[in-house]
Amino acid sequence: MPETEAPAKPFDMEAFHMNDIKVYALSTCIHCRNAKKYLDECGVKYECVHVDELTGDERKKIVQEVKEHNPAVSFPTIVIRDKVVVGFHKDQIDEALKED
Amino acid sequence: MDARQLYEMLRKVQEPKGYYFNEDMDMTMPLLESLLTNKERLGYMACPCRLANGEFEADKDIVCPCTYREDDVKEYGACFCALYVSKEYNDGTIEKQVVPERRPPEKILF
Repeated sequence: MPETEAPAKPFDMEAFHMNDIKVYALSTCIHCRNAKKYLDECGVKYECVHVDELTGDERKKIVQEVKEHNPAVSFPTIVIRDKVVVGFHKDQIDEALKED
Repeated sequence: MDARQLYEMLRKVQEPKGYYFNEDMDMTMPLLESLLTNKERLGYMACPCRLANGEFEADKDIVCPCTYREDDVKEYGACFCALYVSKEYNDGTIEKQVVPERRPPEKILF
């Protein structure tokens, strides 16, 4: 995996609010960890749910939510406003952050 | 057992089969630690990058090495987690790409 490099501010960080970015992740998953690290480096705020740490109805509800964004129910599933990035793809994250 | 010991133990078994650990230790060591976390949490080493059901019978397909490893390494040079890779992947002679999920979502039960 190449070293992570944050994009040189191609987007307005302040324009993103906590509610705009949601990361569905697993606490044990390296791709999830790397994706979160990259979002941190980008300086954006996001909400993260560790699905493997949920149980019962809460887990069912969140799995259903993930399925609506990503039918494969794989992780990370990153929702940036109306864009969905499945897996850790820096270019797709950059692209989604750039859009108005 | 720690991740380093697990590394040595599995390497001896998997390398002769043509499966190598990703030489990027920033990937491999956390993944091995996560396998040990899952062993502690669940009682078996479920794939760290997949949502385990928490029951061995329901997770048999994702106990590491998962049943999807063979096809993934054949097609992409790496398993879903990129813990196990082909020789060509480590040599850098094939392109490193994100491996899409092959496990059917119906396998997620809980």
